[in-house]
Amino acid sequence: MAETSRINILANKSAELRLSVLEMVAAAKKGHIGGAYSCLDILVTLYYGGILRYDPADPFWPLRDRFILSKGHSGSALFAVLADLGFFDSSELARYCCNGSILGGHPDRKVPGIEADTGSLGHGLGIGAGMALAAKMDGADYRVFVLVGDGECNEGSVWEALVFAASHQLSNLTLIVDRNRQCVLDFTEDCAPLDPLGERLASFGWEVEEVDGHSFQELLTAFEPKPSSARPRAIVANTIKGKGVSFMEKVLKWHHSVPNAEELVIARAELAAKMPAQ
Amino acid sequence: MKPEVMRDILIEEIYQRMKGNDKIFFLSADFGSPALDQLREDFPDRFINVGIAEQNLISVAAGLGLEGYTVFAYAIAPFLTMRSFEQIRISLALMAQTREVNVNLIGVGAGLSYDVTGPTHHCLEDIALMRLLPNVSVVSPSDASFMSDIATYAISNNKPCYIRLDGKALPRLYPPENQPLFNDGFSSLRRGKKICLVSTGYMTHVALQVADALSKEGCLVGLVDLFLLKDLNTSKLKSELSTYDILVSMEEGFIWRGGLDSLVASLTLSSKTPKPVYPLGFNDAYIFEVGDRKHLHEVAGLSVDRIIEQIKTLDGQ
Repeated sequence: MAETSRINILANKSAELRLSVLEMVAAAKKGHIGGAYSCLDILVTLYYGGILRYDPADPFWPLRDRFILSKGHSGSALFAVLADLGFFDSSELARYCCNGSILGGHPDRKVPGIEADTGSLGHGLGIGAGMALAAKMDGADYRVFVLVGDGECNEGSVWEALVFAASHQLSNLTLIVDRNRQCVLDFTEDCAPLDPLGERLASFGWEVEEVDGHSFQELLTAFEPKPSSARPRAIVANTIKGKGVSFMEKVLKWHHSVPNAEELVIARAELAAKMPAQ
Repeated sequence: MKPEVMRDILIEEIYQRMKGNDKIFFLSADFGSPALDQLREDFPDRFINVGIAEQNLISVAAGLGLEGYTVFAYAIAPFLTMRSFEQIRISLALMAQTREVNVNLIGVGAGLSYDVTGPTHHCLEDIALMRLLPNVSVVSPSDASFMSDIATYAISNNKPCYIRLDGKALPRLYPPENQPLFNDGFSSLRRGKKICLVSTGYMTHVALQVADALSKEGCLVGLVDLFLLKDLNTSKLKSELSTYDILVSMEEGFIWRGGLDSLVASLTLSSKTPKPVYPLGFNDAYIFEVGDRKHLHEVAGLSVDRIIEQIKTLDGQ
């Protein structure tokens, strides 16, 4: 019962934050909503599921877990989470991509709670590996999580970092792949195929788990620390790009389209229907 | 004193500092040096060969740097600066603007150090590329006497730094009793009238031969060795250069492409009395000619004799 209640809380939070992201993108007329929605349940699990250790009042608290959003174009989702948790004032969300806002199209470290400036793909995992190595050297017990897009895995630098992390047994490093199977122009398997992605990651020396990236239960289990392993962990989260809004799901143009007035009404209604009754 | 390879001296300096400072990492992209063997043996936890992976070299260094470590990242200069340019741009230059990232790049093989190795290994673009980046300082020493200062500077300045080292053994230009002030960023090796040569790295050795040969013929030219290409004492340098009528930049780099010549030109243009800059370097083409450095310089019109001719022409104007 307690577990059911925990899952419900996460589901409700996710529905609420999807609406926040929709309003941000609609107001700014900018943003990458499809990828934000594919990774939102992952973010909610990490931040609200008791996985990440953090302090909104002290964003660079030394003992915090490090989370790097390597697929920086999903910044709107992370901004919605960080604002909701009090890392900065929620009113800033309405200024997303506006002149003078702290919230631009991609995360940078002037935003409280952001660990690394991302936006160009393929950088986050190597940085996370360096952080995980530092933790081991310092005898610190913080964990490092890096969320990459699956299309991002086309970048060779990701594979350089995979080799490094495995060879240095960075068991405190967790890679999460948002496997929504889409990039900008195409479905991933139609341009630079990644399958069998899990097997490929495992062959690089990582402990791999494939989960439904929209199942809070599966995500929670996957993110739990597994102290016995000496290997870094990769979680391939099978997701749906545009998840939560029917006409956006698995449709290529919603990588970075902005809903028009009519679409906005439909999207709001669909997301509101998933909100808990007031 | 016999010629020395700068990287060996610098690594020895870093090694000595690692003994007393356990927050220093040394990462290599599968690139060695005789001096590295001891460092590797004594600090197996803080020396890492990341393999032939320059991009990851920088990303891992950045991650360590963000967590408070001072990192030296060591590789062949053209690969270090150009293969991983975006990692340097984003994870070092850009991030250093909002938070401390003390990552120091040691690139070995400046200019035509790797002469016969060919154009893939020639490094003629790095000065322009690295000095373009905000928040990154650039060091281009002409001899091994600077290595202690460079190690101290890199560790203490708490921001990214590109250290551009020649790959060949070179004699010292500065005796210990006459070591220039590192933070000034330049040194006047010769004082003259009318014409001043401004050079960096290996080209300072060439420039010295030019200046001394001309001096024997009664033509006194100045020579400024520029070893800190960013964050140098520009007002002092402007003042030094203001005593001359013509400035001649000498670099192993493409001319008018953002390297030393551009630095000197922008400096003099922003002074009260701008002076013409005559650039010596390589034209807008890669060098496929096979040969040693002297040969390649001759082919490119950068031999000592050819430069002397050009200076004389300038002097007669």
